[in-house]
Amino acid sequence: MILSTLIILGSLFSVLVVVLYRGAPALSISMLTQTSTGGYYLGKEGGILNAIVGSAYLVGGGTAIAVTISLPTALYLNEYASRSKLASFARQSLDVLWSVPSIIYGVFGFTIMVYLGIGASLLGGIMALALLELPIMIRGMDEVMKMIPLKLKESSYALGATKLETALNVVVRQALPGVTMGVLLAVGRAIGDAASILFTAGYTDSIPRSLFDPAASLPLAVFFQLGTPFPEVQQRAYASGFILLVIVLSLSIASRLLTRRATAYVIK
Amino acid sequence: MKVKHLPKTHISVQKLNVFYKGHHALKDISVDIPEKQITTIIGPSGCGKTTLLKSLDRLIDLIDDVEVSGRILFDGVDVLDKRVDVLNIRKRMGLIAQTPSPLPMSIYDNVAYGPRIHGTNETKELDQIVERYLQIAGLWNEVKNRLTEPASKLSAGQQQRLCLARALAVQPEVLLCDEPTSALDPISASHIERQLFALKQDYTIVFVTHTLRQARRLADYVIFLYLGQLIEHGPTETIFNQPSDPRTKAYIEGSFG
Repeated sequence: MILSTLIILGSLFSVLVVVLYRGAPALSISMLTQTSTGGYYLGKEGGILNAIVGSAYLVGGGTAIAVTISLPTALYLNEYASRSKLASFARQSLDVLWSVPSIIYGVFGFTIMVYLGIGASLLGGIMALALLELPIMIRGMDEVMKMIPLKLKESSYALGATKLETALNVVVRQALPGVTMGVLLAVGRAIGDAASILFTAGYTDSIPRSLFDPAASLPLAVFFQLGTPFPEVQQRAYASGFILLVIVLSLSIASRLLTRRATAYVIK
Repeated sequence: MKVKHLPKTHISVQKLNVFYKGHHALKDISVDIPEKQITTIIGPSGCGKTTLLKSLDRLIDLIDDVEVSGRILFDGVDVLDKRVDVLNIRKRMGLIAQTPSPLPMSIYDNVAYGPRIHGTNETKELDQIVERYLQIAGLWNEVKNRLTEPASKLSAGQQQRLCLARALAVQPEVLLCDEPTSALDPISASHIERQLFALKQDYTIVFVTHTLRQARRLADYVIFLYLGQLIEHGPTETIFNQPSDPRTKAYIEGSFG
């Protein structure tokens, strides 16, 4: 128990330390407030605001779409189709999709975009990330909803509630901590994923102004900077990675705090 | 002996058969449940008491692989008829479960949930409903200052009274109680019992129990089930003092069960 805690805390801590150690010299306020300029990748002035905002747009949009589809799907699987063949087929398919490498989502998204005549854009990236997040979210929510005791739903049905009323008022509330966790898991994967947005969102030095502009992202910023031969730019890659880590950590803590109140109502 | 005036039948079970995954759980049950009386269903565990109870408001539909046949006339309407409005039937029959089962929301919302889904949305009206039924359930004084707290923070006994208030808040005519005191301490149990006893003036109560003393204390009418069969039913005194079937006699004397 103590050992496993130590291993986990230790690995998190050592990743943070290494990234911070390699990136600290490059960390600066201007990095957070300026967008990249042409010479940025050669070691000149600039920042990665374009990547931070790009990632926020991409992940925000992708997550919004994925949540909108996942929650009803998970409820449907559990409350309406619970033990049907369709449900077990859907679960199996989602498990396969979960393990599909993200580059495949990227290529798939790209193919569809070519078909629709859209170039690398924020919209394309959002779609690819939504696809990447969907199976994680649905299966995460689904597993939690499966655990809800029949007794709890029975007390809602016994009052004359419909399936929909029971699903929305009882199942969602009881499953809320797990639903949050599912969303967080998906967000964590999406925000750190480079391959799915490489073709679909592209990369740019400016902040996207419309859904059809290409969008930069933090993982790709790390990738491109690390790929340069200049040590000071590589340092910035580590600094960007550190920013990404801090964002993921704060998201995780914030969502925990936000759902704490709602979690208090869950029946143990 | 003076013949008592027979109370009106509220629910009439006719040739009810229930199969669970091929297992014949209830066999040809026919019995009339009198209005505004406490009817207890007794019998050893696994004899079909809860199955009979949950057939009455079709909560049995929630279980997979169940086959139900026969008729259950509730005020003349067949509950088992596919065309019947099952939500309305359930609204008219409240349920108190074996273990307290509050919903994942506040104390207030637990009581207000039922009225809300049936269309009452005015805050003032809901406030009144919540207060009235928490009073009837004997919980108001203990929770009036903490209505927004999670229901899960209440003790088991309080939770069961909350469930009673929740069931009453949709104004049912019948209360189905599935061993509602079996998971409670003796003081909370007697609390619930007293409240149910007072409620029989206004409600038809069907009460499953495996405690014979409780049946004797509460019941006006007793149904004895054994291995899915209805062995005997009748007024409490008759069942306990002059059972006609040897199996009833043996069960009441404590030879098995």
